[in-house]
Amino acid sequence: MSATDNRPVFLNLLRIRQPVMAVVSIFHRISGVLMILSLPGLVYLLNLSLADQAGFTQVAGLLTSPALKILAVLFCWALAHHILAGIRFILLDFDLGIERDAARKTAWLVHAGALVVSAVLAALIFGVSL
Amino acid sequence: MSWRASSGLRSWLTQRLTALYIVVFLIVFAFVWGGQTITFESWRAWVAHPAANIALLLFVFALLVHAWIGGRDVVIDYVKSASTRYVLLIVFALGLSIMGLWTLRILLLAGME
Repeated sequence: MSATDNRPVFLNLLRIRQPVMAVVSIFHRISGVLMILSLPGLVYLLNLSLADQAGFTQVAGLLTSPALKILAVLFCWALAHHILAGIRFILLDFDLGIERDAARKTAWLVHAGALVVSAVLAALIFGVSL
Repeated sequence: MSWRASSGLRSWLTQRLTALYIVVFLIVFAFVWGGQTITFESWRAWVAHPAANIALLLFVFALLVHAWIGGRDVVIDYVKSASTRYVLLIVFALGLSIMGLWTLRILLLAGME
């Protein structure tokens, strides 16, 4: 049996150390799916907030619960990451930052930017004075 | 290019145009409401204003189209079985349609005040 017969016949993506650009790509998908899954909840809140004064008060009350605040922060991260990665993809479409070093740098910028934006929004959501 | 052959390019372009509208809307929204105390009256009055109401309807439409193209790509990429893929896409399309109709109802009702 030659050595080449031991080649893996499929790739286990979880066992490969992904380059940071690939992580941006997969996070873009994960954040997108997360936001799609949150749509029913968001439409429900929109409906309640516009129905009457009682509904509006109820929404305001719901948003004070720690569990929903954590979900809101997670949503903010998803939105921030999705938008920043999206801008990066559009720039790549125009061949901007397409070289490996630049692409790697902007990929880290997307991750860092999303964390900074969600940290600021988390502070606002949890009422920490900035 | 035929209609069918151009469908990938069409999706690509649609995804970017809807993304642009979504981001511009969110920026305007943040400028309008950022740092303000929202009350039921001001919130409802804003949604009922024709300009905001139409901008919101367009936003929901752009969002659903964007979600459909993105979600469809994710399903097609990861779900190999044709039948599972088919069922998932139908459930997804139905779900997005319901979200769209529900939001349409909410916005039109609020806009009629």
